[in-house]
Amino acid sequence: MDTMEAKKTALKGGEWLIKETSYQDVFIPEEFDEEQRMIAQTCNDFLQNEVYPLVERLDSMQEPELMPSLLDKSGELGLLGLNIPEQYGGFGKDFITGMLATEVLGAGHSYAVAISAHTGIGTLPIVLYGNDEQKAKYLPKLATGEWKASYCLTEPGSGSDANSGKTKAMPTSDGKHYIINGQKMWITNAGFADIFIVFAKVEDDENLSAFIVEKSFGGVRLNAEEKKMGIKGSSTRQVFFEDCKVPAENMLSTRGNGFKIAVNILNIGRIKLSAAAVGASKKVASVAINYSNERIQFGRSISKYGAIRHKLAEMAIRIFGAESATYRASQNIEDRIHAYSTEGMDAAQAELKGVEQFAIECAMMKVEGSEVLDFVVDEGVQVYGGMGYSAEAPMDRAYRDARINRIFEGTNEINRMLTVDMILKRAMKGEIDLMGPAQAVVNELMAIPDFGDESNELFAAEKKAITQFKKAILLVAGAAVQKLMMQLAKEQEVLMNIADMAIKTYIAESVMLRAEKLVALRGEAAAQIYIDIMRVTFNDVADKLWVSGKNAINSFAEGDEQKMMIIGLKRFTKFEPVNTKEARQRIAQKLIEENRYCF
Amino acid sequence: MNILVCISKVPDTTSKIAFTDNNTRFDSSNVQYIVNPSDEWYALVRALELKEQLGTGKVSIITVGLAEDDAIIRKALAIGADDAIRINALPADSFFVASQIAEYAKTQDYKLVLTGKETIDYNNAEVGGMVAELLGWEFITPANKLDVESDKVRVESELGGEILVLEAPMPVVISAAKGMADQRIPNMRGIMAARTKPITVVEPFNVAPLVAIQKFEMPPAKAGVKLVDPENMEELVRLLHDEAKVI
Repeated sequence: MDTMEAKKTALKGGEWLIKETSYQDVFIPEEFDEEQRMIAQTCNDFLQNEVYPLVERLDSMQEPELMPSLLDKSGELGLLGLNIPEQYGGFGKDFITGMLATEVLGAGHSYAVAISAHTGIGTLPIVLYGNDEQKAKYLPKLATGEWKASYCLTEPGSGSDANSGKTKAMPTSDGKHYIINGQKMWITNAGFADIFIVFAKVEDDENLSAFIVEKSFGGVRLNAEEKKMGIKGSSTRQVFFEDCKVPAENMLSTRGNGFKIAVNILNIGRIKLSAAAVGASKKVASVAINYSNERIQFGRSISKYGAIRHKLAEMAIRIFGAESATYRASQNIEDRIHAYSTEGMDAAQAELKGVEQFAIECAMMKVEGSEVLDFVVDEGVQVYGGMGYSAEAPMDRAYRDARINRIFEGTNEINRMLTVDMILKRAMKGEIDLMGPAQAVVNELMAIPDFGDESNELFAAEKKAITQFKKAILLVAGAAVQKLMMQLAKEQEVLMNIADMAIKTYIAESVMLRAEKLVALRGEAAAQIYIDIMRVTFNDVADKLWVSGKNAINSFAEGDEQKMMIIGLKRFTKFEPVNTKEARQRIAQKLIEENRYCF
Repeated sequence: MNILVCISKVPDTTSKIAFTDNNTRFDSSNVQYIVNPSDEWYALVRALELKEQLGTGKVSIITVGLAEDDAIIRKALAIGADDAIRINALPADSFFVASQIAEYAKTQDYKLVLTGKETIDYNNAEVGGMVAELLGWEFITPANKLDVESDKVRVESELGGEILVLEAPMPVVISAAKGMADQRIPNMRGIMAARTKPITVVEPFNVAPLVAIQKFEMPPAKAGVKLVDPENMEELVRLLHDEAKVI
């Protein structure tokens, strides 16, 4: 156990790209324990009994007290305090348990956004950066829901470029207060929040600082509710700070550390968003599967038709991939937090450092989770046919509510760029050795291809493919760095290509590791369906890598070099033929029999 | 006042029902089990409410089952029961289960034994009555409302469209039905406390079941629904007469 622990904790963020991971080292959702399952059940019961009956009323925004009352009830159940330490009135649950609750509640439409804004970006800055006095003052009330929180970072002129905010915090002459002035927008929970985490620049600082602002301090003015495409029931307003007088002791962390707080809180928010998207996707897929079983056309359920079955299977395959990778990364984070704590770091610091270490994976999962959800709701509408377009049927809300996920917590474009940027920065700093493996790939291209022995062992083809996929990324990323050098940061199209390759490879590897672990746990016969999911995933990922890689290479290479790289890429993105039609048929059959998402 | 609540595990309503061993056994593989809804939502929750009202006493749960049923037991503990008794045996039939519960209850000082009106798997609705008979106590079913007044219970029972108001002295066995209480979602405190609440495992006493299952059969598939135009009553009459043969 000791050696395994050591091995697990030794993993660094981004290292999957150059290292082999063993299935024994990954966590899969099938391993949740009884207590975690009970917590998930409580979240699900809460949605069924308290939230779903109210979705229409919530979205109509005619009863402003409705959403806060749901948060109060969530507080009574303890759902707001999962990740708050016990000494501050919470339950001190570990990171991965918080992820599971987030996943389940993620199917809660507007409520999901309200609760995650409260527990995540609203509460976490105090959990992670607050001093003892701040924690003692605020966390117990945030845990019960007596106080509700929101997070004020974005400004009209400062979205993706968060550090460019204009909101000012001027110290009073006695140094006991700051006077905050500025305008924030898209502030979730603003309508009923008691606590605002506000980012502002002190005097002429270059960097942001963060403050805990109580509404009762005065000088906080709210605009009307924004009219939104989806998540209509979640309160979103502009917040104006007009000579808002904040005690100096309400600064979080230190002066100028606000941007770092914002970034780190967003890291957590990103991977949690992926969990929430997975939860929402499962719900939508289940609704679509059920409808396809009930809807009769040409005398048969539409779930009997291949075109529909393809859609159902594809939804499930993508959900399975996002879920596998999300929990794999979550466990990496958990292990890191645990390792730092064991070294004597305090809990908040350990969590921050643990998440920061896996910021690359957080960004990747944010992109994948939100795009899987958008795929699932889109196909959900399609499975519903004409009824999918009716505002009376459930797909309308699911479709509209999903869309924001590709935008908030950093747009998917920003997160793609961050993914590549962080990988390269870590390579430059020598934290992950990319250069050696990248050079090895170049050498391999020059050499005679090693066709190797074909092994028929289970997972042999996938393991080989994963090694090759990673070589494809190194080939393209390595060449891009060499060719474009400092220009690369501006070549956003190429960054998008590389990010897509990284994300898809991470997904494929995570699916493979989960399937391998399931075979080890349950035997090959019982895990056949997961092998199907894996093979279709590999089939499709290989093609996606080829397309992304080709587009990147063709944009910056020419002549013999371009030809050689394309040949190499072709070789690295090869996967054995898979009868994806039959595999999807089997996956769909299982879904249809179970009448819900069941993997 | 100590209350004993009998709980049973049942397949989740979305479970696929299948049989093995030549249709003589229920196929429990891949079946998700839950606490029988009327045991959980009505019997257990009302017991907890009564304890909260009275401010004294203990709510214990009892089930007949093997170690794998501890998950169901902990769910009930998470909802708020104080402790649990598991009679370590497969629940062979209603008489076997009732005998085990009665045998255990005899040794304790319960004033009230609550069961759900019926389980959603076999729907026998027998255990409550049998427990009462074996203990020599009064039995009321179905109970849609339950209050305790000093040494007696006051029950409202909806039968045949009427509401009977009944009183009985304690100790008494009552089978709880809809209306008695509302589902309680286990909260975090309860879930975490459930881990440390005691589960007493009691070996079964020797009693033979009275019922043996010979064979399971699936009900015949439901025929599709035929829609008849409201203007075409003759067709409706013809269908009812010729096809459904009900008129």
